Amino acid sequence: MTQRQPAIARRPIVQLVNVWKTYTPTSVPVHALRGVSISVFPGEYISVIGPSGSGKSTFMHILGCLDVPTSGHYYLAGTDVSEMDEEHLAKVRNRRIGFVFQQFHLLPSLNAWRNVELPLIYAGVDRKSRRLRALEALEQVGLGDRVDHHPNELSGGQQQRVAVARALVTEPDLLLADEPTGNLDSRSSADVLGMMDALHKQGRTIVLITHEQDVAEAAERIMRFRDGKFLPGSGVPGHEEVVV
Amino acid sequence: MSWWETLRSGMQSIVTHRLRSSLTVLGILIGIAAVILTVGFGEGATSSVNSAISALGTNLLIVTPGSTTTGLVRGGFGSSSTLTYQNAVDLANKIDCPDIAAVAPQVTSETTLVAGNENWTTSVNGSTPAWLSVRGRSMAEGSFFTQQDMNENANVVVLGQTTAEELGLFSPVGETVDIGNIPFTIIGVLNSAGSSSSTNEDDLAVIPITTAQSEFLGTSSVSTIYLEASSQSTMGAADSEATDELLALHGITDTADADFTITSQTTIENTFTSVDKTLTILLGGIAAISLLVGGIGVMNIMLVAVTERIKEIGLRKALGATPAMIRRQFLVEASALGLAGGVAGAGLGLIGALVIPDFVSNKIAISWPATAGAIVVAMGIGVIFGVYPATRAARLTPIEALRSE
Repeated sequence: MTQRQPAIARRPIVQLVNVWKTYTPTSVPVHALRGVSISVFPGEYISVIGPSGSGKSTFMHILGCLDVPTSGHYYLAGTDVSEMDEEHLAKVRNRRIGFVFQQFHLLPSLNAWRNVELPLIYAGVDRKSRRLRALEALEQVGLGDRVDHHPNELSGGQQQRVAVARALVTEPDLLLADEPTGNLDSRSSADVLGMMDALHKQGRTIVLITHEQDVAEAAERIMRFRDGKFLPGSGVPGHEEVVV
Repeated sequence: MSWWETLRSGMQSIVTHRLRSSLTVLGILIGIAAVILTVGFGEGATSSVNSAISALGTNLLIVTPGSTTTGLVRGGFGSSSTLTYQNAVDLANKIDCPDIAAVAPQVTSETTLVAGNENWTTSVNGSTPAWLSVRGRSMAEGSFFTQQDMNENANVVVLGQTTAEELGLFSPVGETVDIGNIPFTIIGVLNSAGSSSSTNEDDLAVIPITTAQSEFLGTSSVSTIYLEASSQSTMGAADSEATDELLALHGITDTADADFTITSQTTIENTFTSVDKTLTILLGGIAAISLLVGGIGVMNIMLVAVTERIKEIGLRKALGATPAMIRRQFLVEASALGLAGGVAGAGLGLIGALVIPDFVSNKIAISWPATAGAIVVAMGIGVIFGVYPATRAARLTPIEALRSE
């Protein structure tokens, strides 16, 4: 809590206000999110833990601007993104969010640095600085000697490091890790979590989504997700008074 | 995202899926090669027919006898013998027919020529000295027969080059050749007029018509009268003068009852051209269908690519690719496939146009505008048939794309 002393003076990077997400696959509506509110401040490292089916994937999609809420508001860096179309959402994802997925999601036909430069291509960065920044990011995750390797020439842990480098290369406001250790052995898992920790110490804002308690404990604040919303009192948010 | 980046990424995925890309290209390739060969074949046929027709002579009108009617049975075209040598002489009358420059009646029979140990069957034509100019021919050596030869029923003959060669005569002028067992003196050899697939204008013998009628036929009727109009512009006038003159000579008042037919070079040309056009349209239609099939192949493959790369699309979208960027990427890929097929097809078509004529007698013209057009069309097919798959890819939501396994 000591870190959050000046919280009232700061503006949250992420603020969800009473977010609902309802699917109607049949005539019976399914509420995946039932009034989620959360604020994440710059530099925070939060984990969201919940069993499968709790709606935490939907929460992650909304948080990652991969989907929009049915109702409620989502302010990302002060901008309401809850009613944006796909075109604008794509740009927001590109500029503000770095994803790390459970499946790594590297393109097998591209080598490590080509994979890392992908988001910069969509950002319209020129060739030279793309390569430079991609190499820099790979250096940062400790893969400076593997930049020309293709994903199939790298171990699972190394592939996830490439994915982290790709998430970092755009200098995003928010690093969103969805079960980043789900496909890794315990050593690689510890490795990746250690890297997250290091990034947090550098001042990155990180939201880690998981269903494993020991993974969640790597974060400084644990939010428990159950039945489409956060359990009361989990993570002691107490930021609801912050007005954008 | 720049066009250059889009292009690079499209090329990359084409190279990554080599086998699939080349199979797709194959469909377009065959279509384009077919189009180029079809157009080339059509143009080649037209030009060879045209040169064959113009080899007949210039400003030419051809009079042939009409059909005979015996009772209710109408004989075949040209079956009657209503045209006579005298008709030809009358048509040469400058007062009645001012626009007819020259007249050459002709009788033809297939006869065996014997020179020494060699014999050769060819068409022996009886005509007048005007034949040479009317048919647009010239002498390679010796001279053509004269009016005096005509008057004397002289046994003189002028040979075509092929005929002379087949008879083994390499210095034929002055030699003797037996035509139907009657000895003739060779007085000249014609210059080559070239040959087409259907006729050989160099394989013939020409003798005075009077000799032909008295020695072989015993009749004064002729099979054809060739008329040369004084110029291109007077062909119509020459046609009607000849018609009027012949109707008067044959005592016919109604043109519908005419016992002869006048054909101009132009009508022959038009007939062949329209046949050529029909053929070209037919083959072009087949080629167009194969292009359509090729295009559907592109669409099919691109749809497969969208499904297969659904995760890649999802990832690219998560990383910030807008729907427009994804659409563009797939469109560029489809049009690159089309373009590759077009260029390869054009290459194959051009090679075919050069090689095929060695095996068949048809000429295949190489048309550069058609080639360039075919390449553009191929690329267009890629774009058109790429639109639907590209739109599907662009519409995928990143979540469902990322979620798929």
